Amino acid sequence: MSLVNYASREITCKIVYYGPGRSGKTTNLHYVYGQVPDERKGKMVSLATQTDRTLFFDFLPLDLGTISGFTTRLQLYTVPGQVYYQATRKLVLQGADGVVFVADSQSRQLEENIESLQDLHANLGNQGMDPRTVPLVLQYNKQDLPRDMIMSVDDLDEVLNFRGVPRFAADALHGIGVFETLRGIAELVLKRLASPAEAGSR
Amino acid sequence: MALDVRSRFDTFVVGAANRLAVSAARAVAQSPGAAYNPLFIYAASGLGKTHLLSAIGQLAKQLQPDLQVEYITTDELVEHLHQAVTRGETEAFRQRFAELDVLLLDDVQFLTGRQETQSELLRLFNVLQRSGKQIVLTSDRPPAEIADLDDRLMTRFSGGLLVDMGAPDYETRVAILRRRCDERDVTFPPGVVEEVARVVFANVREMHGAINRLIAFQTLGEGDVTVESIQGLLGDRGNGSGPQRLAPKSGEYESFLSGLAVAVAQHVDARRVKLVESTAEWRTQGYRTAALERALQSSDTADPDALLKEFEQKVARLRALEQEIVALDPTQRGSVQFLDPEAIDELERLADTLRAESAPPPPPDSSLVRAEFEVGPSNQLAVHAADAIVEEPGRRYNPLVVHGGPGVGKTHLLHAIGNELAAASGGAMTVACVSASDFVNELIAALQDSAIETWRGRYRRVDALLIDQIEMFAGTERTQDEFFHLFNALMETGKQVVLTSSRAPRTLTEMDERLRSRFEGGLVVEIQPPDRLLREKLIARALAAAGVEPSSDVLHAAAGLEMPTARDVLRVGERLAEIATKANGRLTSADVSRVTSVRRSTPVHRATPSGDTHFGDREKTVWDWPDLSGRIIEDLR
Repeated sequence: MSLVNYASREITCKIVYYGPGRSGKTTNLHYVYGQVPDERKGKMVSLATQTDRTLFFDFLPLDLGTISGFTTRLQLYTVPGQVYYQATRKLVLQGADGVVFVADSQSRQLEENIESLQDLHANLGNQGMDPRTVPLVLQYNKQDLPRDMIMSVDDLDEVLNFRGVPRFAADALHGIGVFETLRGIAELVLKRLASPAEAGSR
Repeated sequence: MALDVRSRFDTFVVGAANRLAVSAARAVAQSPGAAYNPLFIYAASGLGKTHLLSAIGQLAKQLQPDLQVEYITTDELVEHLHQAVTRGETEAFRQRFAELDVLLLDDVQFLTGRQETQSELLRLFNVLQRSGKQIVLTSDRPPAEIADLDDRLMTRFSGGLLVDMGAPDYETRVAILRRRCDERDVTFPPGVVEEVARVVFANVREMHGAINRLIAFQTLGEGDVTVESIQGLLGDRGNGSGPQRLAPKSGEYESFLSGLAVAVAQHVDARRVKLVESTAEWRTQGYRTAALERALQSSDTADPDALLKEFEQKVARLRALEQEIVALDPTQRGSVQFLDPEAIDELERLADTLRAESAPPPPPDSSLVRAEFEVGPSNQLAVHAADAIVEEPGRRYNPLVVHGGPGVGKTHLLHAIGNELAAASGGAMTVACVSASDFVNELIAALQDSAIETWRGRYRRVDALLIDQIEMFAGTERTQDEFFHLFNALMETGKQVVLTSSRAPRTLTEMDERLRSRFEGGLVVEIQPPDRLLREKLIARALAAAGVEPSSDVLHAAAGLEMPTARDVLRVGERLAEIATKANGRLTSADVSRVTSVRRSTPVHRATPSGDTHFGDREKTVWDWPDLSGRIIEDLR
């Protein structure tokens, strides 16, 4: 997909929220959706199962209006986290310009986080994308839970952030760290336009 | 219109939503015409566009008091133009604006439906931009959304930096309100200003209105304004149903947007705007820009500077190919392929074919070499000039005209120059060396075959053109005309021209004046009849060729003979060589006197005194008439 169309002065970024089931990807999108002024709101498409788990994917088109003369749109997607929706994850990941990996900070979810991150790398590789150069940020969600239930940011860094990408502590349910994460990934994606090597080596 | 002195940069509250616009405005004020030109600022009403314009004007004036700065709204511009048209003073109107250094034009969205003003503005834009003058524009919407805006104006508006300003975030609103209170010297109880800032106003102007109202109550009314009383004082705005209370985190989306705007401006806008501009520029010049357009469309992150440089090189190559191909085959003139960088390969092949097809012009005679050209005082000036030309063809003496009587070595020297030029360039130079009569005959043949363009092309491609006996152009009107154009074309491209003539160019009265004057424009040198030293050298060379080594007496005696041309000298030398061969290589002064008698039997050509055209007129002496036999036949007819 065309990221920046200079002829029609449009920027369109596809950003995918990736992560294990119940880590809070859809919650991120819901919060963003809630903050967007009505006139800028696209329709949020959420295909969920009856138990409110993401079955297919969420899609939130964000029309940011004209920025520096460019009509700027962010298209936010989530993937279903559950292991058995592998095919859907691959599909959604296609053409992604950037990935937000939403990790569940709970200590008992560590395995799932690691598994999902490996799954992300494998899927990116299968799509012909170099996992080392795709703009990526990590979000350590649910940092609001009691200390004894969760891993600290530093501990999570040690396990998940071996590439030293930007990471954000978050409480998506209450909106803490949601926009910081989105801004982080958007800047990485835009930066990659300017100097792919620099953004990729992070 | 005068600038509002209160609207300065130091009175403008900067927040995330307008930081980019303010930085750009400041850059423009500090170096007008250099940073972003034009600067186009757009924002909803009441967010500080006019304030920024005024600030730019004042800072620019402050830094450079001599600057001509004009702030004008679009409505005023329209009004001025109408007045000027009514009074018939359009020129004065244009003049006034053309002299500006900084034009600050407010509210350009009002250009909608003003076609005359638009075309006048377009003209003004071109004038100002061409002379590097700064233009700053404001509007409540981006150029693309201004209805009925001339496309050319739109591209110009968008051609510099487009920057928008959003509504201020909460903190900025508090800062703006506090500043207003400071200006009015009013202090509210704690929390009041913050509470007002939480109310949603469409713009800063409305917010100013609200605080003014509170200030009025505070200063005129009874007691302090309190947080609780705000609702009542602000009427509809203040009560719970009317004004929307901002959600606690409402600034979040805004600050996200403005942060993103900075990132877009940094990484996206500046990056390839140059590419867009260059593409448009090349397109207006008629070139196909498919390669650049592909780069613009794709998400490929190739370096635009490298891409542009490559394109530029391709265009340069296209131009060179066009010149060469059209010279070889004039029917190719105007081919659209010359505008398509992707057709270069094809054009290269075409040029190769054409080059192979066209015969090279006649080269110099390789037997007439410089090493065998003897130098003496009588010809040394010409030889020095010739050597200088070989060293720096086209630079030193161009054209070089060598004149002198027959048989003094002009032709030899001409071919020698040709051979040296070819050798010095390692064979890279195309050197044409041709006698004037052959040149005329070639032209006639080309006319017969309707191949005049090919003929022209052949000669225009040469790197050096050497023509012998230029006086033979006499009476050939068409040749002189063709030669005139060829000569000019070669001179323009710095190609060397060398001509020989039996007479000084200024005496070639049967030639076009425009040609004669051009011949005189380079260096004219004369080769005199051979001097004694040269005669000795020439005889020694002729004898040495036969293996004879003469005594200095013999050489001295031989050189003393009357020999007006180098050709005569060589003939005497050959004669002596014959005698010497018969006498087993011995040669005496007596042998020289035997040759003298032979020599005397041939008619003597008098050397014409140089500089005196009266005596130099060849028509006086019948044997000096050029092409004598041809003339007699003509007379008999």
